[in-house]
Amino acid sequence: MSRRSILLVLAVLALYGAHQDFWFRDLARPLVFGFLPIGLVYHVVLCLAITGLMWVLVRYAWPVELERTVADRTRSSEERS
Amino acid sequence: MIPTLVVFAYLGVVLYIGIFAFRRASGAGGGAEDYFLAGRSLGPTVFLLSLFGTNMTAFTILGSAGHAFSNGIVTFGLMASASALIIPVSLFLVGPRLWALGKLYGFMTPVQMFRDRWECGHIGTAIFALLAILLVPYIIIAVMGGGTALNAISGGLVPYWLGGGVVAVVVMSYVFFGGMRGTAWVNTFQTVLFLAFGAVAIILIGGRIGGFSAAMESLLASETTAPLLTRERMPPRLFFSYMFIPLSTIVFPHISIFCLTARQMSQFKKTVIWYPICILAIWLPCVFLGVAANAMTDVPAIAAKLDARAALALLDPSAGAAAVAELPRVAAGDDVILRMLDHYAPVWLAGLLGAGILAAVMASDSQVLALSTMFTEDVFAYYGGKERFGERVQVFTGRIFVILVTSVAYVIALRAPTSIFNIAIQYAFSGFAAMLPIVLAALFWRGSTKWGALAVTLWTAGTVIAIAVFQAVIAAPAAPMPVWTIGGLQLITRTPGGTDVLGFMPVVPMTLISALLMYGVSAVTRKPSDQTIARYFLT
Repeated sequence: MSRRSILLVLAVLALYGAHQDFWFRDLARPLVFGFLPIGLVYHVVLCLAITGLMWVLVRYAWPVELERTVADRTRSSEERS
Repeated sequence: MIPTLVVFAYLGVVLYIGIFAFRRASGAGGGAEDYFLAGRSLGPTVFLLSLFGTNMTAFTILGSAGHAFSNGIVTFGLMASASALIIPVSLFLVGPRLWALGKLYGFMTPVQMFRDRWECGHIGTAIFALLAILLVPYIIIAVMGGGTALNAISGGLVPYWLGGGVVAVVVMSYVFFGGMRGTAWVNTFQTVLFLAFGAVAIILIGGRIGGFSAAMESLLASETTAPLLTRERMPPRLFFSYMFIPLSTIVFPHISIFCLTARQMSQFKKTVIWYPICILAIWLPCVFLGVAANAMTDVPAIAAKLDARAALALLDPSAGAAAVAELPRVAAGDDVILRMLDHYAPVWLAGLLGAGILAAVMASDSQVLALSTMFTEDVFAYYGGKERFGERVQVFTGRIFVILVTSVAYVIALRAPTSIFNIAIQYAFSGFAAMLPIVLAALFWRGSTKWGALAVTLWTAGTVIAIAVFQAVIAAPAAPMPVWTIGGLQLITRTPGGTDVLGFMPVVPMTLISALLMYGVSAVTRKPSDQTIARYFLT
């Protein structure tokens, strides 16, 4: 496994751990924007962080070789037929 | 009357989309791949929105708000942010590989892949049977949801039996005519509708009640409602357990089959990135409105629910069975969104928003189509039907199967109580999650074998049945009741909402033991041939 892959797996595990948020478990205040409990806002921010991580996964860990292999084989089978 | 007309106009649009897709399919030749997989031709936007819509059910809008009404903001962490991480990661890992193998070898269902990957026949049939049985309750509950929603939106004008029938006929028609293309287009339209639903509902209701700050402050001021704005009532192990539920998503036949419909592999990129945002856009308004409903005591139906909840908290254990059964029913919050719209929204807008709710309820379309695809490919074609009767008869069989499944679901929905299927769905989720090791092993582990897959299938079927029997034999208690204790350690506890194993939901041990079985049994049994393995590990 490459160093990049290890870092990406660790990043996914870190967000998995961050989901457990023991730190805001018993807190309702502060109310963000005057009406959103902090525990809810934390999970909203977590969703945004997950979106960022998904972008990083797609950018740096996309199975490019698999995509190329499929394209090559499809092209050659189309040429044969 | 106006909301009912708007909702029926919406159903008309949905039907038209299905028939339009039928015309397009007829132009494309109308083979099995075209009917069941839209000719593997879906573009990026339809792929993202339809995949997301396929995974949304009646629970997303009605159930999430109802759960938040009773349990508070914890609902978002339990179901939304957990899914926002697990579903895109599983789509990223599994989706492109499934698509690639489907494209190269012509698979139309996951069972076809399992049969080929592990050089097996009847074990594939066993996997098909379990996946099909676990999927059926979702179709039935959607018909029930359609009946309930149309009845509520029309203010009782459309009876439950007619509402369920109308929804069943509409779904059946566009799946029958449009196949995967019709289903995908309808799902895209529906997703846009219920993505807009949340934002409109929150702006509208917030405006009518003069903002949400006062509502939140009033909830914090009361001892009984302040915990709804934290997750202090949720035990950490139970919260952790919920992270296992979304592992089921990629195993659902309608999701894994949908992965085969993309035109190109790169279409998964947008879906993986945008999926968490779509979840946020739908779940945040529903959960927040569900919590805020606790402060909307000027809505008579909501005030009645809060009274019932208060009475339930003070209920004498010796109270009659009727009171014990009736109070939770009145206190349940599944219809709080409908009640809020009824009270705060203008009638025409309530109709549009009602259509948004119905869009979520009608998500059974892709499940009906998935069952039909699996039946025609994994049973009809596999056991010689396609060879003997040809592809046209195969597609015709698939269409007949759509009518059959929907009709049976409707008849059962009329006769059986909703609670049975709610429970069935609860354990179907666990069952699909416990089947994940099969999918991962097929795609990522050269050493996996058909016997490992069979062990996981039998284990999953056995545990789902065991839990169902256990819960039928031991009725839900008012407070958690230890059933099996060893040396002071509570191994199995019957809870008001289900069953705990060492404080975790059953899905945790079910999935972990599945993974161990897949590994252990595969390690000591014969692998498929090197040629077969080489076809699956392309890079």
